[in-house]
Amino acid sequence: MSNHDQPLEQPLLRVTDLAKSYGGHAACREVSFDLWPGEILAVVGESGSGKTTLLKCISAQLACDDGRIEYLMRDGVMRDIHSLSEAERRFLMRTDWGFVHQNPREGLRMRVSAGANIAERMIAVGARNYGKIRGTAEDWMDQVELDPARVDHQPNTFSGGMQQRLQIARNLVTHPRLMFMDEPTGGLDVSVQARLLDLLRSLVTKMQLSAVLVTHDLAVARLLSHRIMVMQGGEVIETGLTDQVLDDPQHPYSQMLVSSILPV
Amino acid sequence: MTENMTSSDLATQMIQVRNLHKSFTLHTQGGIELSVLSSTDLSVSTGECVALMGPSGAGKSTVLRCLYGNYLPQAGAILIRHKGHMINLVGAEPRNVLAIRRETLGYVSQFLRVIPRIPAIDLICEPLVTLGIDPKAAREKAAELLTRLRIPERHWALAPATFSGGEQQRINIARTMVVDYPVLLLDEPTASLDAENRHTVIDLILEARDRGAAIVGIFHDEEVRDAVCSAQHHVAVPSAQDGTQMNEMNSGDKQDLAG
Amino acid sequence: MTQAAQNAGMQVDQSDVTGEAKAGPDPHYNFAYLDEQTKRMIRRAILKGVAIPGYQVPFASREMPMPYGWGTGGVQVTASIIGPDDVLKVIDQGADDTTNAVSIRQFFVRTTDVETTTHTEEASIIQTRHRIPEQNLSEDQILVYQVPIPEPLRFLEPRESETRKMHALGEYGLMHVKLYEDIATHGHIATTYAYPVKVNGHYIMDPSPTPKFDNPKMHRMPALQLFGAGREKRIYAIPPHTAVYSLDFEDHPFEVQQWEQSCEICGAGDTFLDEVVTDDQGGRMFVCSDSDHCNRHQEAAE
Repeated sequence: MSNHDQPLEQPLLRVTDLAKSYGGHAACREVSFDLWPGEILAVVGESGSGKTTLLKCISAQLACDDGRIEYLMRDGVMRDIHSLSEAERRFLMRTDWGFVHQNPREGLRMRVSAGANIAERMIAVGARNYGKIRGTAEDWMDQVELDPARVDHQPNTFSGGMQQRLQIARNLVTHPRLMFMDEPTGGLDVSVQARLLDLLRSLVTKMQLSAVLVTHDLAVARLLSHRIMVMQGGEVIETGLTDQVLDDPQHPYSQMLVSSILPV
Repeated sequence: MTENMTSSDLATQMIQVRNLHKSFTLHTQGGIELSVLSSTDLSVSTGECVALMGPSGAGKSTVLRCLYGNYLPQAGAILIRHKGHMINLVGAEPRNVLAIRRETLGYVSQFLRVIPRIPAIDLICEPLVTLGIDPKAAREKAAELLTRLRIPERHWALAPATFSGGEQQRINIARTMVVDYPVLLLDEPTASLDAENRHTVIDLILEARDRGAAIVGIFHDEEVRDAVCSAQHHVAVPSAQDGTQMNEMNSGDKQDLAG
Repeated sequence: MTQAAQNAGMQVDQSDVTGEAKAGPDPHYNFAYLDEQTKRMIRRAILKGVAIPGYQVPFASREMPMPYGWGTGGVQVTASIIGPDDVLKVIDQGADDTTNAVSIRQFFVRTTDVETTTHTEEASIIQTRHRIPEQNLSEDQILVYQVPIPEPLRFLEPRESETRKMHALGEYGLMHVKLYEDIATHGHIATTYAYPVKVNGHYIMDPSPTPKFDNPKMHRMPALQLFGAGREKRIYAIPPHTAVYSLDFEDHPFEVQQWEQSCEICGAGDTFLDEVVTDDQGGRMFVCSDSDHCNRHQEAAE
């Protein structure tokens, strides 16, 4: 095959037969996929389809009942994230991974300034120079289209869209390789959503990020993702290139989802 | 997935479609199955431009969309020459399809899928920048193309969402033509253009042919078709009979391709 | 000793001067109020704390005959380590004669009948609220701190489960986030008391609400330092001669408070000063917060 000589022929994240149930109810069943470097995977499906459970399992926030979740560490070794020590796992979450919550309040420290929110991950990896930390924080505010003059303002003086952008900046400051996003545009006005999507789109391209994006909004999936995984009742029922799944869905449920979009 | 072409006369072949079968099962409408393509074969070499012919609804756009990996064929093979190897799009990993699209396949759809808030010129630069071309050089090339397509410079920094239909189509064309793709798929690229711009697009297509691009297109405009095409391919509405034939042929085909 | 105290001009409580104390501890109570099993339990917690410097050891804090916030943690620690031969000094904000200090001293006199003193160097146990004596302590002494909130990370992380994990894994970035926030808001690290320290290169610890002026005294102090938080049910310790480092930034290094004034009573220029309002015309004066040190300095000057 033509790609044998390329060194990067390993997925960044490999999920194999993941299962998670709550009591007798299976929230995720036999979920398997690879996420490749630079790839954005959208997980779509309606509420209760298991997409958020899946996201929590693969981002090590929730223990899964069965299956393997392997991540390509910076040293090039695939490791099962559940075999990592808690210290290693938490370090990964603070540096190599990012998590964008639907509600920015869950992902921000509301009692400290915007600058301190961005500073936290820098400090976690050892930055101890106030001037440099602050400079980087201002730079990141600019990159997410927030006014750097507001670096000392508390997030609760920001609008929802601004809080969401701050949350993104806070995550990206350590240059993570993998982002988990849970309905990142969920609670926002349509116009604010569009702006945030553009920002996310340009940032993921610029930083060559890989991401798993959970959304029920197929327009968001089309704009941001390369690949789509459709979930229903805890199972993956269809997967493929984003435009292919959206333009030529195969599974009855996918067809129903796609046909449910109201044309504008 | 790759097949190394040994024979020298095949070396110039860019697209090879074999026994392509595409049908749609409409689960939301009682599970009706619409067979659109059956046993479609097509072969395009470098410098060729093949016009897909046939009545409305015959499946011309479907062929293009299958060739782009946008539609999922039920059976058959679509071989595209990518970096010197013929690679089958049918059953290819999504990331491989994306790699082929990035470097080999250019597709001008009928409509521009507008990305909100991105300036037209950035939209056109994007495919070049993705290929690792210096943003400044990419911008120059995009500017040149926008000038040729008569998009007023004051519009370059605007998001195309607000543009007229004709302007949007020209942005769409520019976004594809800015990269020298070895394979081009054109779905009525001149549909809503005036005469002047139509001629510019004809020139662009001919230039692409001259540099060796293999082109498949749908051209309703006879003038355009006569100017750019080297061959025609008729897409016919499949009969019920074709369906059964195809299944038999494909089981062998799949094995062939797997090896 | 009562004589010495009177000589020093202190207002000493009646129980100290009456002959009652000589009659031995109040027979209605066990020695030092707590029962022996409780003292053992607390001593085990203290030993664990000494073994893991800076680590907050949970303990079964008892109800004490005083309200929370009056030093119930410190009192329980003192009660567990005090013996009949100890000499006790109790200070509140550096002074021996404030309400809290007086009542705690009275409590121990009544329940143990130990000797008490205001002289720092004479005491074998010093229970303190919010200050470390100016005079250097020795290896024969134990300093017991009253701690209101032992968890230095509490300001930024309300979940106890999470802060314990952060301590265990040494994830102390948040502490610097707090200092960052200080500089962002005030232009300098404005935390002036309860200034976070790193003990023995591992645990981040809240030194109780002592002024940061006292932080350098904790570093390699020859005396054993014990911290008790009654309401929060935590005990922690710094063994003698342990490294105690005050957190800072490269470009905003740790600094102690400085005053332009000297103490208006004793003239000392190197002590922690309290600002005392003297009238309602804006009159004020700066005096040593450590009353014993101030008296000695004054005597020496005379």
